[in-house]
Amino acid sequence: MRSLCVEPFQNFSSQLPFVTVLRNSFVDTGARRTLTYCSPWKTNHKHEAVLFPPPSRPIRKSLCICLSSSAKLPMMEEKKKTFDANEAALLVKELNESFRSGKTKSYEWRVSQLKSIEKMVVEREKDICEALYKDLSKPEFEAFFSEIAMVKSSCKEALKELKHWMKPEKAKTSMETYPSSAEIVSEPLGAVLVISTWNYPFSLSVKPVIGAITAGNATVLKPSEIAPATSSLLSKLFEEYLDRSAVRVVEGDVPQTTALLEQKWDKIFYTGSPRVGRIIMTAAAKHLTPVVLELGGKCPAVIDSDVDLQVTARRIVAGKWQANNGQACISVDYIITTKDFAPKLIDALRKGIEECFGTDPMQSKDISRIVSSNHFSRLQSLMDEYKVYNKIVVGGQRNQKELKIAPTIFLDVPGDSQLMQEEIFGPLLPIITVENVKDSIDLINSKPKPLAAYLFTNNDKLRNYFVQSVSSGGMAINDTVLHLDFQMLQVTVSSLPFGGVGESGMGSYHGKFSFDAFSHKKAVLYRSFSGDSSVRYPPYTPEKQKLIKAVMNGGIFNIILALMGWSRD
Amino acid sequence: MEGVKGLESDLEAMRQYFRSGKTKDTAWRQSQLKGLLLFIKENEKHIFNALKKDLGKHPVEAYRDEAKLPRVALLSSAELVPEPLGLVLIISSWNFPFGISLEPLIGAIAAGNTAVLKPSELAPASSSLLANVLPTYLDNKAVKVIQGGPAVGERLLQQKWDKIFFTGSARVGRIIMSAAVNHLTPTVLELGGKSPAVVDSLASSWDKQVTVNRILVSKFGACAGQACIAIDYILVEKRFASTLVELMKVMIKKMFGENPRETNAIARIVNQQHFLRLKSLLRDPAVQNSIVYGGSLDEKNLFVEPTILVDPPLDAAIMTEEIFGPLLPIITLDNVEDSIAFINSKPKPLAIYAFIKNEKLKRRMLSETSSGSLVFNDAVIQYAADSLPFGGIGESGVGKYHGKFSFDTFSHYKAVTRRSFLTDFWYRFPPWNDYKLLLLEATYNFDYLGMLLVILGLKRRRQNSGGM
Repeated sequence: MRSLCVEPFQNFSSQLPFVTVLRNSFVDTGARRTLTYCSPWKTNHKHEAVLFPPPSRPIRKSLCICLSSSAKLPMMEEKKKTFDANEAALLVKELNESFRSGKTKSYEWRVSQLKSIEKMVVEREKDICEALYKDLSKPEFEAFFSEIAMVKSSCKEALKELKHWMKPEKAKTSMETYPSSAEIVSEPLGAVLVISTWNYPFSLSVKPVIGAITAGNATVLKPSEIAPATSSLLSKLFEEYLDRSAVRVVEGDVPQTTALLEQKWDKIFYTGSPRVGRIIMTAAAKHLTPVVLELGGKCPAVIDSDVDLQVTARRIVAGKWQANNGQACISVDYIITTKDFAPKLIDALRKGIEECFGTDPMQSKDISRIVSSNHFSRLQSLMDEYKVYNKIVVGGQRNQKELKIAPTIFLDVPGDSQLMQEEIFGPLLPIITVENVKDSIDLINSKPKPLAAYLFTNNDKLRNYFVQSVSSGGMAINDTVLHLDFQMLQVTVSSLPFGGVGESGMGSYHGKFSFDAFSHKKAVLYRSFSGDSSVRYPPYTPEKQKLIKAVMNGGIFNIILALMGWSRD
Repeated sequence: MEGVKGLESDLEAMRQYFRSGKTKDTAWRQSQLKGLLLFIKENEKHIFNALKKDLGKHPVEAYRDEAKLPRVALLSSAELVPEPLGLVLIISSWNFPFGISLEPLIGAIAAGNTAVLKPSELAPASSSLLANVLPTYLDNKAVKVIQGGPAVGERLLQQKWDKIFFTGSARVGRIIMSAAVNHLTPTVLELGGKSPAVVDSLASSWDKQVTVNRILVSKFGACAGQACIAIDYILVEKRFASTLVELMKVMIKKMFGENPRETNAIARIVNQQHFLRLKSLLRDPAVQNSIVYGGSLDEKNLFVEPTILVDPPLDAAIMTEEIFGPLLPIITLDNVEDSIAFINSKPKPLAIYAFIKNEKLKRRMLSETSSGSLVFNDAVIQYAADSLPFGGIGESGVGKYHGKFSFDTFSHYKAVTRRSFLTDFWYRFPPWNDYKLLLLEATYNFDYLGMLLVILGLKRRRQNSGGM
């Protein structure tokens, strides 16, 4: 973490509230973020700042910022050595060397790294929470259960199960007489790249890295530049706690990512949008690199009219506004319910919101803000579209300065509105009504496959029908986001795979599935020169005789055919 | 281009059919697999060799009898439900036109998908047999065979698929994967690569004999080396090379006769283009001198004699490209352990065959090399073991299939969790306070004592508590 001095750029100084210091903040040029600064008038005031690329003049160890409330100012930053394709190539070379040395493959190395991550999370919990607060105003509680606890439990599970996971899996040879033994050996892939995202900037970075380390790979993590404080913290912490020769962080945005993507990786793990997912996959095709893409999509929640209203409403509040204020790939995107039930549901949701965030959610400390002004304007334009602006039944307040939007519910927005066309990724929640709750399934199936689908019902028949006919990455019945955030609350420790299908992604991870995602399953077959001892001894069945004949003739295919019962002689 | 007329509307009809849920039905899957089995049985005469060599009947029967199908009815509180992906495309290659077409098709059907199969135009007889006869055994609303060359392939790749399964070269594999980006389609690429056989200096004459038999059968017997898992080249110690070569010379004659061209024991080269490719590999002046056996070519009959070369230059095309034909270079090393470094200096192969008795070297080979599969003391047979995944790594491919792995390849495993409305940790919901956080932490850590203490008010302060 570099601390940057901020001083007014001379030409503009008259227009700028005097800004003296950015407290321990790392900022990238072009980034938008909230800064805590001191001014002659107020202290510790939070503000959005836009950081401009340094002007062409000589750069000093200083920068100028522009506060969104005042005039725009160019800004300078300490000249950073740019990370280009050459440097990326060097990095990959170095990591490949470490990998080839074999050290990352050893059980001991993997355990030591996992323990270090665990230690890092325990010792630096405060720093992590602070960074998350800077990037997203993420409430500490949310930070704890969706970021810190998740990473901790991943580490714990990996440490506990690693030996078991690494053990070669004995494969049954299909026939008892098959003269060989076989196993499936999990081997690491090599150097892997993890590109993570900003909404859960810590856990969505560290969890895949845990998977990569567990499987014995050398890993580069590229955290999201949209959550700069966490990105910089990750870079610092990895350096401090992990084996630098095999685990690295590269910070940056498009140019750095492009430089990384030009390299040959053995796997690329990406979390983010389908648009960038396509860029990643195109780059991967050049080197035939397998990819895991964790994307998003519009996750529906279907609510039947026979549910326990209070519990349902609370769980939806949890799965929407409590999940990073809707900025989560698995948060509820829209609700489908019956016409008659909608008013009751809205009342219950209104009550639920009030219970959790108070009468004025804009003042609540328990809700995250919108990550950046880009995303704020995107959400704003969704809200202001003429087709939907008058459909708001709950909420609607916003504060551009603080990047806050209150939990907002829309009723009966048209299907062709932007709100129902793109992934919302924010605190807006449209409710679509249907005549019959079964109609919701056709509606869901007419859209791209979502990452998650939720159903609230007491009707077993509907539940089974839903599970059978709706295709989605994951599914929760009578709860939301549970299989991501709250899986550890359940009695069972063995994790479910997490991942999308179709537009919502490919590949899955979490727990053993992370290990598998970063492993190659090598088929190993052992044969001895002596052929097949059991067959050579009596009693001689006709099958065995055929086999021996085949062995004597030296034809491997004949052996197989004899075993399959194909041989005719 | 016949099959492509109205392609878009045909495919839309197939998607519609998939959405109707028909293909998800267990009975439907079983009936289709039975149909496939019947196709294989009744057309055995036509498809004899490729099928017997390549497919056997095991995977079909395994699926038909064991019915590894989703059991949606048995919903417990958390489970994985395998569900079909939708409409899948299978592009197969010419070297084993039936096996490589049908094996993935079995997986696609067993998993409950609708599928389009595009067999290779380079094996036209097989392709037309598949296109004309296979549909009479299967539900044509769900399975279609489309014939054609690159133009048709390109047209197919523009469509939206839920999975693309491709067998062929790395070059085309890249094209497939790039095309798949458009619709974010997951792909399985079954490619090839130079699969080496490492032969240790074996002492016993029995071992030597068995090794040579197994190598020769899997090189010259596997479609004349035109198999993605055929042995591409051999690594052997200098001192053992001549023993190996002499034994091979004798055994080639024994197995394939004095004049293999006439005994019909070795397959011909698939087409003239590939024949010329092999010819140019062999006619390279730098390679010429290294031929120690065979080397004759018959362009009219597209026949290449089993050929052994010793130490061709490592930068010659024969040692940089996948050979895919009956040419067998032998590379000599000072020490058999050097084979590990040699293999690691090249792209990861689809298979490594190690004829080794030394246990320590076996362990090193296992842990220090990487390949799709690793077979000790034999070759090519791993293809028939359907309990093992078959597939490459790195340049040799992405994804795996065979047996249960085929089913998995064409399925999406949907995680389903189920809760009742009764139990809820009340401290799951804001507004937050330290009390709730303590409880949450205790719950995450399965610290029941801690939970109790918190509830009783005996434990208050969190360690490392941040306090924003």
